[in-house]
Amino acid sequence: MSQILDAYRGLKLRDRMSGAPGWVRKVGMLLVIAFAFYLPFLNILPFAYIRTDLTSSGSDWASVLFLVVVYMIVAVGLNVVIGFAGLLDLGYVGFYALGAYSVALFGSPSSPVVEAIQNRFGLDETWAVPFVMCIPIAIVMALIAGVTLGAPTLRLRGDYLAIVTLGFGEIIRITARNLDNVTNGATGISGVPVPPGPEIDGRSFFNTIDAERWYWLALSILILIIFLAFRLEHSRVGRAWLAIREDEDAAAIMGVAAFKFKLWAFAIGASVGGIAGLLFGSKQQYVEPNAFMVNLSFLFVAMVVIGGSGNIYGVLLGAFLLTYLPERFREFQEWRPFAFGVALVVVMILRPQGLVPSRRRAREFEDRKVEAEEAAADA
Amino acid sequence: MPDPSKSETVLDTTAADAPTTVAPDTSDHDALTIDVGPEGETLLEIDHVTLRFGGVVALNDVHFSIKRGEILGLIGPNGAGKTTCFNVMTGVYTPTSGEVRFSGKVISGTKPHKINQLGIARTFQNIRLFPEMSALENVMVGCDARHKTSVMGALFRAYRVRPAEHQLPQNPLRRSLAKVFGVSRHTMEERGGRIKSMELLKFVGIADRAHELSRNLPYGYQRRLEIARALATEPELLCLDEPAAGFNPAEKEDLMDLIRRIRDLGHTVLVIEHDMKLVLGVTDRIVVLEFGQKIAEGSPEEVARNPKVIAAYLGEPDDAA
Repeated sequence: MSQILDAYRGLKLRDRMSGAPGWVRKVGMLLVIAFAFYLPFLNILPFAYIRTDLTSSGSDWASVLFLVVVYMIVAVGLNVVIGFAGLLDLGYVGFYALGAYSVALFGSPSSPVVEAIQNRFGLDETWAVPFVMCIPIAIVMALIAGVTLGAPTLRLRGDYLAIVTLGFGEIIRITARNLDNVTNGATGISGVPVPPGPEIDGRSFFNTIDAERWYWLALSILILIIFLAFRLEHSRVGRAWLAIREDEDAAAIMGVAAFKFKLWAFAIGASVGGIAGLLFGSKQQYVEPNAFMVNLSFLFVAMVVIGGSGNIYGVLLGAFLLTYLPERFREFQEWRPFAFGVALVVVMILRPQGLVPSRRRAREFEDRKVEAEEAAADA
Repeated sequence: MPDPSKSETVLDTTAADAPTTVAPDTSDHDALTIDVGPEGETLLEIDHVTLRFGGVVALNDVHFSIKRGEILGLIGPNGAGKTTCFNVMTGVYTPTSGEVRFSGKVISGTKPHKINQLGIARTFQNIRLFPEMSALENVMVGCDARHKTSVMGALFRAYRVRPAEHQLPQNPLRRSLAKVFGVSRHTMEERGGRIKSMELLKFVGIADRAHELSRNLPYGYQRRLEIARALATEPELLCLDEPAAGFNPAEKEDLMDLIRRIRDLGHTVLVIEHDMKLVLGVTDRIVVLEFGQKIAEGSPEEVARNPKVIAAYLGEPDDAA
């Protein structure tokens, strides 16, 4: 196993990438993006074996791709919180649920909220908030939730923060299940709106059959979010987060407003989670509380940690592996939790810093290991 | 055709990144000079500050002040409360009674990062750099304290500023774009911070290893890097906590010179130090603490002759009691 890892290290892919001239990197990036857009139609052997719909029981390939990209958005958002700011958030599904529920509550003509607005203002029964308006609503709802959760809890550090956020994720789900007259409770809300688009073959542009359009939409949003995440990482904000992660007290004395930047990390992570939830809810056209169980939070954290917390490419890989592999190997579905557990253990033993770690995070990890060993030797 | 005369524009960081000698750079650093009020005014006042931790009295009715433009030494035996005094000034602790005033404003109880914005920066007795950042990045964190770009500014870069002619990029396409749309304030601050950080590293004499991780720097470099990082926040008052700890005599000489040059930039310096030669050599005035109380204050000569100070450092002779 270590031989394989050594061979992988010998490739020095990262050095080659960063050593290449600017135009090579740009062209390479464009090719990758073009290939990603082409993926739903990939039908050339042997590459077509990565498709998930080769057997009749397989799931729709484009839908799987869509889910992969939605979870990639989640991973990039959660990476801002865990990887950049170093805050362990175990309740990220709460923001994801909020995004899905905001588009459902305001956009679906049959949701109790929209019905109340219809009755209050004497509007038509088919009236609902247009989808385009639902986007800012979802972002703002998630943002407000992030700030409300963060403002009191970010004074906690480490494990305490993790416990509080874990509770938050559950609070959102249980609230959605029990507020019958607002969220329809366990029944859920149907008729969630889809993005506007021209009608093709008598169907709206974004429908349940042509999943590749959803995939392209999500992919475009993902690319935009990755671009913004890189901007944040390579700015004073990313530097401030790194300083806070390394020595919060020293950072504060050097003029870094630690609490403010941590709260921003939380708010940004929350709104990205909200966008992902919005895409998910809109594609399903149906939102119910059981879609946002706490184990989804653990899956999100596992994506970031296995992929390589702090490295955007790493978390993308983590999201891809943890979403795609279970779909590709559906035959072994009953083994899924077992394989997931084994994979986690193996990664934690062989590569605790993640598959594609950020270099800084990898070194921080080494330092902590050395410190722990020294402490053990002293004791 | 690239014009060689234009290669030394502000945007060209390669010139600033070029390795320099290890010896401290004594050339002019006009860019680093800070604007301050009239010299000789009271800058910081520790007004009868008492700090208790449960039953332990760490500071007992300490009272002294620092005048703008001076180098004040704070000395005392181990455990006298010197570092605690720093912690009270920089907002780490809130005094039990009494207050700290900076330029006439009460700052005790203010958050550390706010105090830094008001103009107090410090170094640490046991070095506390950001080990995973390069030396340059460490200083840039300090520079960020004076930058206005916030999270939204860094994300969307919508706030544009018009750069001066010499700040325009060399690339013709980028040049014309920058002329039409301006450059985002974030970009300008980032470039400015880089250049200023490099300048500061040269000033303290460690520019040759600017791109190395601060954890890999030798001890003396780390000490000087801490000073550069603190200076980057443009403090009116710079507090140095045992800057010469672990230095050899030659390095101490360099440090004394550096402290004087820092004062010449316009900063007021407060220095905690054990090394009497250094303290007596560089300071204008000295305050002596013992067991959390001020026992003496005055010029280096007065303090060195003060029997209380001699007793505190050497112990009292038996027959004196």
